[in-house]
Amino acid sequence: MYFCNHMKLEFIEGNEAIARGAIKAQCDFFAGYPITPSSSILQYMLEWLPQKGAMAIQAEDEIASIGFCIGAAMAGRKVLTATSGPGISLYSENIGLAIIGETPLVIVNIQRQGPATGSATKGAEGDIQFTRWVASGGLPIIALSPATVGEAYELTYRAFNLAEQYRTPVFLLTNKEIGVTKESVDLSAIPLPPLIRRKRHRSGNLYLPHFFNKLSEVPAISDFGGKYIARYTTSTHDKAGYLTTDPAVIQEMIDHYTAKIEDAAEDMTLVKKDFQKGAETLIISYGIISRSATVAVQKARAKGKKISSLVLQTLFPVPEKTIRAATKNIKKIIVPEMNMGQYRREIERLVRGSAQVIGVNRMDTTLISPETILQQGKLL
Amino acid sequence: MSAQRYTSYMTDSIGPLPYCPGCGHGLLIKALDTALVSLQPDPKNVVIVTDIGCIGLSDRYFTTNAFHGLHGRSITYGCGLKLARPELTVIVLQGDGGCGIGGTHLLNAARRNIGITLIIGNNFNYGMTGGQHSVTTPSGGITSTTPFGNVEKPMDICETVSAAGAAWVYRATAFDGDLSAVLARAIRQPGFAMVDVWELCTAYYSPRNRLRKKDLFDLLDNYKFRRGLITDNPRPEYSEQYHKVYNTGKKKLSFHPPVHVKYPHSIKRQIGIVIAGSAGQKIKSTATLFAEAAMFSGLEATQKDDYPITVMTGHSIAEIIISPQRIEYTAIDSPDYFIVLSDDGIKRAKRRIETLQKHSVILADESLTLPETGAQIVRLPIIRTAKEINRLTAAVIAMASLLKYRYLFPVEAFSTAIATFQKTEIAGINKKAVKAGFALLHK
Repeated sequence: MYFCNHMKLEFIEGNEAIARGAIKAQCDFFAGYPITPSSSILQYMLEWLPQKGAMAIQAEDEIASIGFCIGAAMAGRKVLTATSGPGISLYSENIGLAIIGETPLVIVNIQRQGPATGSATKGAEGDIQFTRWVASGGLPIIALSPATVGEAYELTYRAFNLAEQYRTPVFLLTNKEIGVTKESVDLSAIPLPPLIRRKRHRSGNLYLPHFFNKLSEVPAISDFGGKYIARYTTSTHDKAGYLTTDPAVIQEMIDHYTAKIEDAAEDMTLVKKDFQKGAETLIISYGIISRSATVAVQKARAKGKKISSLVLQTLFPVPEKTIRAATKNIKKIIVPEMNMGQYRREIERLVRGSAQVIGVNRMDTTLISPETILQQGKLL
Repeated sequence: MSAQRYTSYMTDSIGPLPYCPGCGHGLLIKALDTALVSLQPDPKNVVIVTDIGCIGLSDRYFTTNAFHGLHGRSITYGCGLKLARPELTVIVLQGDGGCGIGGTHLLNAARRNIGITLIIGNNFNYGMTGGQHSVTTPSGGITSTTPFGNVEKPMDICETVSAAGAAWVYRATAFDGDLSAVLARAIRQPGFAMVDVWELCTAYYSPRNRLRKKDLFDLLDNYKFRRGLITDNPRPEYSEQYHKVYNTGKKKLSFHPPVHVKYPHSIKRQIGIVIAGSAGQKIKSTATLFAEAAMFSGLEATQKDDYPITVMTGHSIAEIIISPQRIEYTAIDSPDYFIVLSDDGIKRAKRRIETLQKHSVILADESLTLPETGAQIVRLPIIRTAKEINRLTAAVIAMASLLKYRYLFPVEAFSTAIATFQKTEIAGINKKAVKAGFALLHK
């Protein structure tokens, strides 16, 4: 891709692109707490949102950050919070609340090498399955993973749409290698879908905060302070938001939270396919490492190898149908990751031994190079 | 709204309140209802936020909005609701347990003066989980987790939030005849108001400690805890202050001035450049300007920085890639150019410098001792030249000399980036540095 003179190029880091994507999606509430390498998102939002007449606040800790966000989201705001792995640990309980409260919320995780304090200024992708199983109860969540600064912008915007459409917390899952790496990009040239707003309850006398006919239906919402009396609870509740101990009702609600995400998995699937006819080798990758995979594919093809590539932008819900279709005639699958093989588990689960699955893994704070993928994937 | 008069803000449609006989929560909740009746707010504009604990069973009995959240975090939801919609009346009901686990939220809501009303149903133990001790359990108190008597000192919640900056603080008991008037007064407070309501837990704390109504007052006296109005400290509420200070009216945000391609370039493949120097040498900002200069010349660019957490000291290393094609892999395993400007930079990059091969070029300041390396070395009087212009210009001088050493793109693009992105005064100095750096290889 050559740049041309009509482009509006900028040299910005992923964190700025994320903040800009949120602004583009009309985010009007942010709360966060400083943590490397996500702190600059907090700074951008605290600079920009007040100028838009909106609210941004640095909270006393991560628990308060997401608590403020949940309160504001239920009062009708479009809400963003951003942190890194250690902060997600502190968000965990409230994420569970946001799931069963059906709260639209975008959560950014600029991953860093962990566990614990780890290497605060270095990258890794060790929070992949942590994201999927982030809260007690194990209900489904949505997570998108950008590969570039431009995608960080686009997927943040899309994360807001998904949060609004499905009334649920949505993760933007990336890492230091995108968050604080600057890239040349023209954000204005990135095509974006129309903005989606949460479906609002507007008619009738009564508002049932969790009403659905079909299990997968997303309930219409009425804001706290709106035209209807609203209820919200962390306890097991029925469609009206009242505590229940009825096992049949409890199971129906669990089925609802599950179905509204899993039944829509295909609608949420965002992938980049580069399939070569007759290829029996496939690299499945996501995030920053998908770019090393792209180079590895180019190099392998230059040597006459047939090879395909599937890059996932939607990590959760797992794009199962797409992965099954992509792996149909494949004998060897290579899954490079900046962790010890977390997403590989999903691939192995789906292919059930029909193909050899090779992980290329490291968690030493450095990127996986294209050469490493070629060597460890035995592609040379 | 119509002139409808509300005679109660509670419903009996789900039965009576679930509290044990004699429990203070029942008295407190009824006093809150009476307080609301005296104030007559539209129930749609009121949110009762409850914490976990027996007090958290109460929100559903109100005909207002109800928000029941995680243990100790009810203040955070209340603050979020209030920050999002300052016109809401937000009343947070929390027990003494919540004051412990959510202590930081208590302090910070008071400190910020966020306009919520916090009502503490303080019965000196955790009723819901079996009568364990809390931050307000009296010394010597018997609970299920202090079977030999509490060795801890109880926290004076009122003095604590007062010290933190709460606008209005009052200590009451559930038996006070004027409790509803006190609660109404607290709700009317624009800033953070708290009422600490001492109560009996008839299931656990009272029987275990033979604590009766009259003993409550003795307890207060024993500790010399003050009663009645503790603090009346009116000051601007948070949202009001926020919008006054921060919100200068809705604006269209302006970001960076865009780069428009206006120069040619001469490179066919990706070039990796590492600049190794010290904090204070403007390494990062110069690398950014150089990358932007490449963009003015139609190239793609990436930049990563490495520096210690203590940013004013030690090394500062920037890595930039410029490329006529899309940049995929953003690490530089084999740099084309290595710019070395200080011993800090050498120390940090020693191993990388040692492994450089002969296709790599090091542009180093003349004063530095480099480790053994296979790279070609070009030594230049960078620091000396910078001293003549401004000591902060060494990195700019070095990058300009690189453009002379190898024509990647026109040196004018570098000057254009400087003029576009830097303040006039600094740009003037740096443009001189570009000239001086570009001329260095002639000498």
